[in-house]
Amino acid sequence: MIETNVIQVENLTKKFGDFIAVNAITFEVKRGEIFGFLGANGAGKTTAMKMLIGISSPTSGNAKVADFDVFTNSEDIKKNIGYMSQKFALYDDLTVKENITFFGGIYGLSRKKIEEKRQLLVEELGLQNIVNELVGSLPLGWKQKIAFSVALLHEPKIVFLDEPTGGVDPITRRQFWEMIYKASNNGTTVFVTTHYMDEAEYCDRVSIMVEGKIEALDTPKKLKEKFKVNSMNDVFLKLARNIE
Amino acid sequence: MNTILYIVQKEFKQIFRNKGMLPIIFILPLLQLLILSNAATFEIKNIKFSYIDNDKSSNSRLLIEKFDASTYFNVISNFSSIKEAKAAMSKGEVEVILEIPINFERQLSNHKDTDLSITINAIDGAAAGVQSVYINQIVQTFNKNITISLSTPTENKSSTKIIESIPSFWYNITLNYKTFMVPGILVLLVSMITLFLSGMNIVREKEIGTLEQMNVTPIKKSQFIIGKLFPFWIIGFVLLTIGLVISKIIFNTPMVGSLWLIYFYTAIYLLVILGMGLFISNFTDTQQQAMFIAWFFIVIFILMSGLFTPIESMPYWAQILTEFNPIKYFVEIMRMVMLKGSNFVDIIPLLIKTLFYAVIMNGLAVWSYKKTN
Repeated sequence: MIETNVIQVENLTKKFGDFIAVNAITFEVKRGEIFGFLGANGAGKTTAMKMLIGISSPTSGNAKVADFDVFTNSEDIKKNIGYMSQKFALYDDLTVKENITFFGGIYGLSRKKIEEKRQLLVEELGLQNIVNELVGSLPLGWKQKIAFSVALLHEPKIVFLDEPTGGVDPITRRQFWEMIYKASNNGTTVFVTTHYMDEAEYCDRVSIMVEGKIEALDTPKKLKEKFKVNSMNDVFLKLARNIE
Repeated sequence: MNTILYIVQKEFKQIFRNKGMLPIIFILPLLQLLILSNAATFEIKNIKFSYIDNDKSSNSRLLIEKFDASTYFNVISNFSSIKEAKAAMSKGEVEVILEIPINFERQLSNHKDTDLSITINAIDGAAAGVQSVYINQIVQTFNKNITISLSTPTENKSSTKIIESIPSFWYNITLNYKTFMVPGILVLLVSMITLFLSGMNIVREKEIGTLEQMNVTPIKKSQFIIGKLFPFWIIGFVLLTIGLVISKIIFNTPMVGSLWLIYFYTAIYLLVILGMGLFISNFTDTQQQAMFIAWFFIVIFILMSGLFTPIESMPYWAQILTEFNPIKYFVEIMRMVMLKGSNFVDIIPLLIKTLFYAVIMNGLAVWSYKKTN
């Protein structure tokens, strides 16, 4: 596979009045990569991510996602990405099946394709018994797994995950990461933000944001060597402390 | 197009899965029509009537019987002096005092003019005016030679000139108040429910966070808005239909004009209301805020719609304001078509205004809905 960048960001900045939420960040993400986007609360992760998925316009800088410019072609970007956040997964008052149909439909999948995808999904996740249940009645872990699958329905080039495993148990988190690996093996680029430093170890490369800037960006292994520590947790603490 | 269908399908499922929704659509119209149409009337009945008969003649008794026979007056007491009567009025026991002078019968039989003194509690000026008209009518039919000297707290003397007018009432021959009110209340019903529902709908998605998810999809703004509003447009028609059926069955409200014309106008009118709801929801973050703002406008629109108080009696500046009130247009159209039988050509001016309003409201709604902040 040719190594190409699916996300290319240069000096991307977002200001809210005098406050600089994202301060001239520069990085790129390669095709098929699992890219961990780390940072403390309020470091600017979510703001940065919102610019990349086209729901927040940048103040300055350049960014291309799936070869489309975030300033001028944000609607084209949306056709090529999937998005899932911790805050919202699916419509609680629709059944699993209805959610699949709806999201498949608005991404322009044909009825036949939606049906195929649904059967595949039901089989893979073992949803036979709950496919006609309201999503609101399912445990969080299930919701997150289904939401991730729904975000991949239209086979996006990149999937953005905003703290996807917040509040779920370790076993579900493990299963969730297996799903992420699988998506990555199928050629989908995964852009994921997380608080869990053990999850950071699973990523191909991670960036760590502190106060609006990217302070470190490399593979987990190289970062640990550079900071001479044994875990990503320590890397994170060391970085955050240095800034203070 | 397909995208819109998927959104409409989803909206309908969500609307009908909401347990509160069916009662809102079916029970609320019934209650509103039944209660408001019967309660909101300017007719005054059972007026607490008292008299002081200084003449004690057969003629004076006859006059009092006339009042007693009327459904508008309840003769509750007679007093021997005006002082007693006034004391009763200040306690609120009586609303009208009729004083018949001595020599009442003699003056009448000599074909001379005579005076009656009437005192009306005019705290509610409008009601007092109506009472005064009723009293005049009764007295005039009794004998045209009687001049009423009316005394109200504002001391408005009624003219002593006797001019007889023969009214001929058109369109609502029996002067039935319900016939007048029901079409207007139908408007309230359709407007209130659709405005609230549409206003709250998008804010709700904002609150849950699903709106963000929608903004990340390639849905076009127009597709999203049409998909969101279409179900409420349909619900508006359902409400109108239920309301019309109820008013026909229960109030036997006439439908002189074309029913299709009403539906045609409603189709455009609903766009105004839905656009307004959407516009409100774009500027609010919570359902409470949306509700407050929607209430604010609905109350002003209703009070200035000519439904309860005639627009002609408003100050000039207020009359100009009513030109911006879509509910006023609809009330007017309903009364015109249902009671007068106005046709398409008659309503063209209002239709154009409504259409213009719809374009502006929806333009603002689409403009203010932003997928990217």
